[in-house]
Amino acid sequence: MVKPKYTIAVTGLNNTDNPGPGVPVIRGLRESDTFDVRIIGLAYENLEPGIYMPNTADKIYQIPYPSAGGEAFIKKIEYIHSCEKLDCIIPNFDAELYTFMKNEKKLAQMGIKTFLPSIKQFEERHKANLPSFGKKYNINVPKSIAVTNISDLSNINDKFDFPVLVKGKFYDAYIVYNLEQLQYNFNKIASKWGVPVIIQEYIQGTEVNVVALGDGKGNTIGAVPMRKQYITDKGKAWGGITLDDEKMLEITRNLIKKTRWRGGMELEMIKTEDNKYFMIEINPRIPAWVYLANGAGQNLPEALVNLAMGINVEPYKTYKTGIMFIRYSYDLIGNISQFEKLNINGEL
Amino acid sequence: MEKLRYESPIINKVNAGMPDKFGMNVNTKPISYIDGVSVKDLLKDYGSPLFVLSEKTITETYNNSKRAFTSRYPKIQFAWSYKTNYLNAVCSLFHQLGSWAEVVSGFEYEKAIKNGIEGKHIIFNGPDKSKEDLIKASKNGSLIHIDHFDELYMLIEIADSIDETPKVAIRVNMDTGIFPQWDRFGFNYENGEAWNAINRIMISKKLNLVGLHCHIGTYMMSPSPYSVATKKLIDLALEIDHKYKHKIKYLDLGGGFASKNTLKGAYLPGTDTCPTFDDYADAITNVIINSQISPENLPTLILETGRALIDDAGYILGTVLANKRLASGRRATIIDIGVNMLFTSFWYEHEIFPAQQCSTQTEDTTIYGPLCMNIDVIRQAIQFPILQKGDNVVIKRIGAYNMTQWMQFITLRPKIILIDTESKAHIIRKNETNSVFENLEITPKYLKK
Amino acid sequence: MRLKKNIAISETGFIFNPSTGDSFTLNPIGIEILSFIENEKKYEEISDAILEKYDVDTITFEKNYYDFIQMLKNNHLLENE
Ligand SMILES: Cc1ncc(COP(=O)(O)O)c(C=O)c1O
Repeated sequence: MVKPKYTIAVTGLNNTDNPGPGVPVIRGLRESDTFDVRIIGLAYENLEPGIYMPNTADKIYQIPYPSAGGEAFIKKIEYIHSCEKLDCIIPNFDAELYTFMKNEKKLAQMGIKTFLPSIKQFEERHKANLPSFGKKYNINVPKSIAVTNISDLSNINDKFDFPVLVKGKFYDAYIVYNLEQLQYNFNKIASKWGVPVIIQEYIQGTEVNVVALGDGKGNTIGAVPMRKQYITDKGKAWGGITLDDEKMLEITRNLIKKTRWRGGMELEMIKTEDNKYFMIEINPRIPAWVYLANGAGQNLPEALVNLAMGINVEPYKTYKTGIMFIRYSYDLIGNISQFEKLNINGEL
Repeated sequence: MEKLRYESPIINKVNAGMPDKFGMNVNTKPISYIDGVSVKDLLKDYGSPLFVLSEKTITETYNNSKRAFTSRYPKIQFAWSYKTNYLNAVCSLFHQLGSWAEVVSGFEYEKAIKNGIEGKHIIFNGPDKSKEDLIKASKNGSLIHIDHFDELYMLIEIADSIDETPKVAIRVNMDTGIFPQWDRFGFNYENGEAWNAINRIMISKKLNLVGLHCHIGTYMMSPSPYSVATKKLIDLALEIDHKYKHKIKYLDLGGGFASKNTLKGAYLPGTDTCPTFDDYADAITNVIINSQISPENLPTLILETGRALIDDAGYILGTVLANKRLASGRRATIIDIGVNMLFTSFWYEHEIFPAQQCSTQTEDTTIYGPLCMNIDVIRQAIQFPILQKGDNVVIKRIGAYNMTQWMQFITLRPKIILIDTESKAHIIRKNETNSVFENLEITPKYLKK
Repeated sequence: MRLKKNIAISETGFIFNPSTGDSFTLNPIGIEILSFIENEKKYEEISDAILEKYDVDTITFEKNYYDFIQMLKNNHLLENE
């Protein structure tokens, strides 16, 4: 059988110490057994490493920030589509997902496939909505509230004991031990990611994560649990190892079944001393460590594209445990002329 | 040979960076016409700055929201929230479209009567109603929404003394899952105060409890708190029916629908994220229809929508006074629109457009108003084309609250124009003059020269 | 007034300053003016050329020109004199 060749656009090429999932997603796609790819990298900024990495994107376009609004975004995608004839787009930033979901129909009309959660699924798992999400789906979650105004923090003692976690709507999380630190970090997060800022009970335990893919009908197409072995000061995994943890898989399958989750997701949980699991975050997209799943035998980016293309995908049943990933940094050599081209033309 | 179109030379530093909030040029298209009327002509004829309201947009927005609700629920009544914009022309237009009046002071109440609205179609809200106000409203058969127990007892007294049975509702505040909770207005649901107030009213027999009211907040980014609020009001209505065999005639869900402006601190623009009238209507009406209230007793649903009905219809036009460089080299443009007339710039990132063709290149700019005050900032950071002194600008979506919360500071307030559906401009409020203010002041004789 | 010697301007309007590592973009008229400056033209000559070619009055251009020069200075692209 001849393999089809898809043109797939991918965002999140910021392979930094706070990495986006773009580059590992591309690696998965390039290793696909079922199709060949031409990769179009979509970049917001001019120094995202994935722009310059060899064997990564075949072509790069700059796209406007989600904060510029849906209209500017669609215009640029239309332009890129007219040059490249895209088959599929895989967005990889939380902050851009809303814009993609809102424009899912428009993209489909243009002939561009996506495989995204619905706005309802996206909204209800928002950090700010976690308590009601936990109640609805019967999952343990830490106590949390969404705060829009710093003056509302002054009576926080009535509701929480320190330490607490302060989290941005899309990114960033800090653990704070007193009101001053809380207010300081509130401002820091609010100025970067807007409000609300989430205040969350701190739960002691080990952080464990699952990368998973739901088919939108309640089936789990793939799921791999992992424990972070080393965490950077940004709270990102710098090394991790796949786990044999049936309980985590059960929580994942149950959640996907009840929510009929469509697309990639990352579940962040705390496993306490007494073996309880608390869901602390549900990220509505593939995480940056997804390549570990490849290593363990589940090519989730490939499966996601096949689902997007309307192809029936058999769920992965197994994965290897004890597989590790270790991130490393590496200095690429570039030239100012590449930088010039990208900045003047918006493509490379 | 014809000369080429000029734009000023620009040099922009390329910031190398990682994905973050700002950046990337947005191509700003100019707004040269409003409902077919040239912005330049308006400014020439009526002076700068200038407020402009579009009758067409008001009507379309109203009809759109009305459609969203009436297509889902049989008994809908809008009540124009005066505080949002109480220009008589605007109120009259809303009354013509079918809106009642929602007022929160004796001043607004008088205005509503002057605008020809019947007393029984005035909803009287707010914590500050004087005895005289309450007597007048009772006699006129207005709908008095009680805010606190002091008012409740005063009203019972009044009812006794004037031998009327005032028509009342109570304002209820509650936990709808939003933070912070607006608990300073009305009676709380969760702690039983609301139920307590209802019992006082029912047992007194002096007041006619016709409705239940809440206003859960303003600029509500999500429709779901409205479902919670509706549910709680219905629970109260059912309890009242159960205990007193008394049917509530209306539920008033207040205002609070978001306009498409972008809040300061929001990551995505309001045009992308704000719910539509249909979303809000769905959230509210589904709860009523699926409740235990029998179909023949369905209450009227009253909406006091303000902001979302008028924001889009308002523009403020102005003129560039000067360009300058700040110490950092950053570009600053000073316009003749200050925060004194654009109060909402304290919480919105207002969209601002040039009124004429301009350069496609933009520069990161701060836009200041003309007041001699440091807080007079219209936009802290905006990618903006370079305008020259005398060029005009248009700020969009400013119809709500600015024409009521504005301040007369240092200077006089400008004219307000309404453009009718045939593109004809009408002055609906004259500009202030020095004599307006001089007439109000009295200098003691011994201080006069 | 002179442009620093080692500054590279490409015809696309991209400027690279190798001594600081900064890069910049120019709009077309900015490129034009910068190349006048590169060729050590005086303000009067530049102004004449621009007024001849573009629809602009003397005062507006003068204001914009000196603003532009200020920005070149701010960005350390001119020789100190
Ligand atoms: C009681 C009441 N109703 C209605 C409104 C109008 O609200 P909005 O402009 O948010 O629709 C307000 C505004 O503060 C209000 O206090």
